[in-house]
Amino acid sequence: MTGDPRIHAKRQGVPLIDGIDKVTGRARYTADLDHAGALIGRIFRSPVSHGEILRLDVSQARALEGVVAVVTGEDCPHTYGVLPVAMNEYPLARERVRYRGEPVAAVAAIDAETAERALGLIIFEVRALPAYYTSEDARAPGAQLLHDNKAGNLEREVHHEFGDVRQGFAAADLVREEKFSCAEVNHAQIEPHASLADYDPLTGRLTVQTVSQVGYYLHLMLARCLDMDTARIRMVKPFIGGGFGARVEVLNFEIITALLAHAAVGKVMMQLSREENFLTHRARPQTDMKLKLGMKRDGRITACECEVVQRGGAYAGYGIVTILYAGALLHGLYDIPAIKYDGYRVYANLPPCGAMRGHGSVTARHGFECLLDRMSRELGLDPFAVRRTNLLRAPTRTMNDLTVNSYGLEECLSKVEQASRWRERIGKMPPGKGLGMACSHYVSGAAKPIHWTGEPHAAVNVRVDFDGGVTALTGAADIGQGSSTMVAIAVAETLGISLDRIRVVAGDSAVTPKDNGAYSSRITFMVGNAAIDAARKLKAILVEAAAHKLEAAPEDIECVAEEFHVGSGKQSSLPFAEVVKAALVDRGPITVLGTFTCPPEAQGGKHRGGAVGSTMGFSYAAQVVEVSVDAATAVVTVDKVWTALDCGCAINPLAVEGQIQGSVWMGMGQALSEETHYLEGLPAHAGLLEYRVPTIAESPQIEAYIVESHDPYGPFGAKEASEGALAGFPPALVNAVANAIGVDMDELPVTPDRVMAALVERRRKSRVATARKAAS
Amino acid sequence: MKAETPPLKKRLLRLKLNGRWREDAVAENQLLVDYLRDVARLTGVKTGCDGGECGACMVLVDGEAAPSCITLAVRCEGRSVETIEGLAQQGRPSRLQRAFHEKLGTQCGFCTPGMIMASEALLRRNPNPSDDEIRTALAGNLCRCTGYVKIIESVKAAAGMAP
Repeated sequence: MTGDPRIHAKRQGVPLIDGIDKVTGRARYTADLDHAGALIGRIFRSPVSHGEILRLDVSQARALEGVVAVVTGEDCPHTYGVLPVAMNEYPLARERVRYRGEPVAAVAAIDAETAERALGLIIFEVRALPAYYTSEDARAPGAQLLHDNKAGNLEREVHHEFGDVRQGFAAADLVREEKFSCAEVNHAQIEPHASLADYDPLTGRLTVQTVSQVGYYLHLMLARCLDMDTARIRMVKPFIGGGFGARVEVLNFEIITALLAHAAVGKVMMQLSREENFLTHRARPQTDMKLKLGMKRDGRITACECEVVQRGGAYAGYGIVTILYAGALLHGLYDIPAIKYDGYRVYANLPPCGAMRGHGSVTARHGFECLLDRMSRELGLDPFAVRRTNLLRAPTRTMNDLTVNSYGLEECLSKVEQASRWRERIGKMPPGKGLGMACSHYVSGAAKPIHWTGEPHAAVNVRVDFDGGVTALTGAADIGQGSSTMVAIAVAETLGISLDRIRVVAGDSAVTPKDNGAYSSRITFMVGNAAIDAARKLKAILVEAAAHKLEAAPEDIECVAEEFHVGSGKQSSLPFAEVVKAALVDRGPITVLGTFTCPPEAQGGKHRGGAVGSTMGFSYAAQVVEVSVDAATAVVTVDKVWTALDCGCAINPLAVEGQIQGSVWMGMGQALSEETHYLEGLPAHAGLLEYRVPTIAESPQIEAYIVESHDPYGPFGAKEASEGALAGFPPALVNAVANAIGVDMDELPVTPDRVMAALVERRRKSRVATARKAAS
Repeated sequence: MKAETPPLKKRLLRLKLNGRWREDAVAENQLLVDYLRDVARLTGVKTGCDGGECGACMVLVDGEAAPSCITLAVRCEGRSVETIEGLAQQGRPSRLQRAFHEKLGTQCGFCTPGMIMASEALLRRNPNPSDDEIRTALAGNLCRCTGYVKIIESVKAAAGMAP
C-alpha cells in the first residue's frame, strides 16, 4: 500500500475514537437513554393495503385510564418527504391508506401495556380499494391510481439518451439483450428504530433524540409538521446502531413521536418492533431490468440500452432520486460511447422504498456486469481483459456530465486478478466450483444537496481554549462508519498533534454546525475537507503565535508531534499547549470555521435530473468471488472473496478495510438469501429469521485491498469507501455460479430453489434437444 | 374507561449480577432482558429483534451464553448472570473488549455486547478456538456492519492475549 506519508494514522490505522464505549456497553443508543417517567408511544397501523378511510374513532382509546394523548391524521395536515416536489406522505394517514402497516393513529400512555390496550380500542373502518403488489399490476391500464396526479401509477419516468445508440449497436459484432430481476431487500440494521421526544411546555421547546442519519432534515420536517419555529427544536444524536440508508430520510415514527410529545405535553419514548422496522422499510426496491449491450469482437462496448422498472411502494420517499441514480451510474465506470436509459418508478400498495447502500446503482450494475460476462464468454474473451478494454481515462467528463477526477479501476483489477490467482485457476476449477468477477463504483457525496440553501456543503468548527484541548464540532452523523474518527484524524494530522488531544462533538443542533447528514458517502469527502480547512485556519493562528514567541517568520514554523519548531531545527521549540496559551492572549478562546463546497461544474449536467449521480469523486472497485455449488441441494456457498477498492487515500486503513468487508458482505446477503416477501401486502419476512441476513456461519473470508488514486479534490486525496464495492458482489457471484455449473441466473437472490429450477430447466431443454435430434 | 388492574404477580429474585448478589421483586413473566435493562439499568444488553433472532441481548448465565430476551428473569434464581458491563476489571477492558476495539470487531457497536458475551463463553470453554469453532459459537449473533471478518480476527486476537 502506498500512502501519503504525512498521515501518521495510515501506518496501521486507528481504532474508532468511540470504540471503547461500544465494547464496554457504555455507549447509549436511543432506547438506552434515560426515559424514566416518559410516556410510551405505540402506533395503530392500517390493516388493509388500500382503502378510503370512512371512520376513525379514537374516543375509547383516549378515555382509557393511563392514556395521555392520542393523535391521528387530523393532528398533522402537513406532508413530509425528501424532495420538495414529491412530499406526498402524511406522518399519519389522512383520507386514504395505501399500504398495510401505514400509521393511522398513535397513542402515548403511562406504560406499554396500556398503550397497546388503547390501540385495541381504536375503531377504524375503510372502503377497500383495489391494491397492487407488482409493478405490472400497478401500471396496467385502468388501474386505480394511488395518487390522483400520477397517471399510470408512475412516480417518475426518466428517458435519457447520450451518444448515438443506434449507430453503436450497428457497429457491434455481438448484440445481446437479457432481462434481470432483483428482489426487494431491507437494511436490517441491528438497532431497531427508536425516538425520544421531549416537549417542554414552559419554554415551548422540543428536544428530539433519535436514530436519524439526517438530523438536519428531520429538524426541518419537525418544524413543518408541528408548525414550530426551528429555533425551538433541538436535535441530539445518540449512538446509532447502523443505518445503511434506513434512516437517511425522515421517518414517520419520528414525526409521530414528536406529535405525541407535543399533544401529551411531555416526554414520549417510541421503540418500534422488528416487524415495524420492516414496515417502515425505505430500502432497495424490487427491480425489473431489460438490458441490451453491443460489443466488438475485441470486447469494446459500443452501446448500452437499459430499461429499469422499480416497484417503489406507496409513497415517493427518495424514489425520484433512486430511479435517476440507476441510469446516471451506468456512466462513470467504463468508457461507453452511447447509453440510452428508460426508468420507471412505480407506485404500489407496499411499504415505501427509499435509499439503501449503493443507492440506485446496485441492481442496474448487477444486470450490466452479468451481461458483460455472458457476452465475454460468447466471444471467448477473458472478463478482466474486457474491462481493461473499456477503461476510462481520468480526468474526464462522462457523456451525462459527471466529473471523473481520479480513476483507480485498472489497479483494482490487477490486485484482485493476482490475489485470486485468476489466470492460473480460471477454466481449471474442480466440478461445482467457480470463479466470477465484476466491477462497480459509487459517488463520494452528491455534489448537489437535496435541500438547496446556497450554504457550503459542509461546515466544521474547531475550537481551542485555555486547557489546550482541541474540540471539533460537526453535525456529521457517525452511525458506526467512523466519521467522528475521520474528523479527529483530519484535524490531528493537519495540526500535527496527537489524536487523543482531540475531542469530537457530533450531532447536537444546539452546538454543532448544520450538516446535511450521513448519505451518498458524503462525509469523508465533504466534512473531511471542511475539517482540514478548519484545522488549517487554527494552525495559521497558532503558527503566528509560535512565530512571535520564537522570533521567527511564520512560514518557517512547523508543528510536528505537538511541538512547534523553527524549520526542521530542534534547538528552539515550543510545546503545543504553550503555543495555545500564547495565541489566546488578547484574543481569548478560539473557534474557527472550516467549509467545503462542490463547485458548480461538478454538480452535474443541465438535463432534467442531471444533478443525480454528480460528485467530486467516484470510488472504484473490482472483485473476484469463489463459489461452490452443491449439485444435490443447489446450495451456493461463497468460499472466498477478493475485493480491491480505490478510495483515493485511506485516511484510516483499518476503517476502510472494515467498510469494504461490510459492504461486500451486504452485497452477498442480497445476492444469496435476502428478500422481503408480501402476502396480499402483509410482510411475510418481517423478522430476522424469515428475512435471511447471512450469519457468521455462512460468511466467507473477504480479502480487502486498498488502492489509492489520490483524488485531486479529496481530503488528503481520499474518496468514499463504504458503498462502492457492494454493487460488484451480486454480479460477481452470479458469474461465479455460471462458471461453476454453467447456468446463468437472471434473478436475485440466488436461492437454492431458483438454482434448482434453473438446473431442471436446463435438463428439460437438453432432453427436448436430444429427442428432437433423434426424431430428425 | 377504567383500566383493568393488571394481574401482576411478583416474586423475590435473588441472583448474582456481575459478581454481586442482589434481590429484586420481579414479575413472573418478566424477561431477563427487561429486568437487566429496566431494573438493573444495564443498558449494554440490547434488543435487536422480536425474540431470539439476533443475539444482541446475549448474556452469560452460569457462564453459558443465553439470549436474555427469551429467558425469564425468575429462571435465574440463585444463579450468576454476567453482562458486558461486568467484563472490565477495575476499569481495564477485558481481552475480548480490547481486541474488538483494536481490531475493529465493532462498527456501529449495537451487536457488540452480545457478540463479546458469546465470544466470552466460547473462550472460557475453548481458549484456542479455530475459525470454524468461532463461526459455530457466534452463529446466533447477527452483525450488519462488519461482514464478520474482523469479528473472527478479534476473537482470535483475544485468545492470543494474556487474560
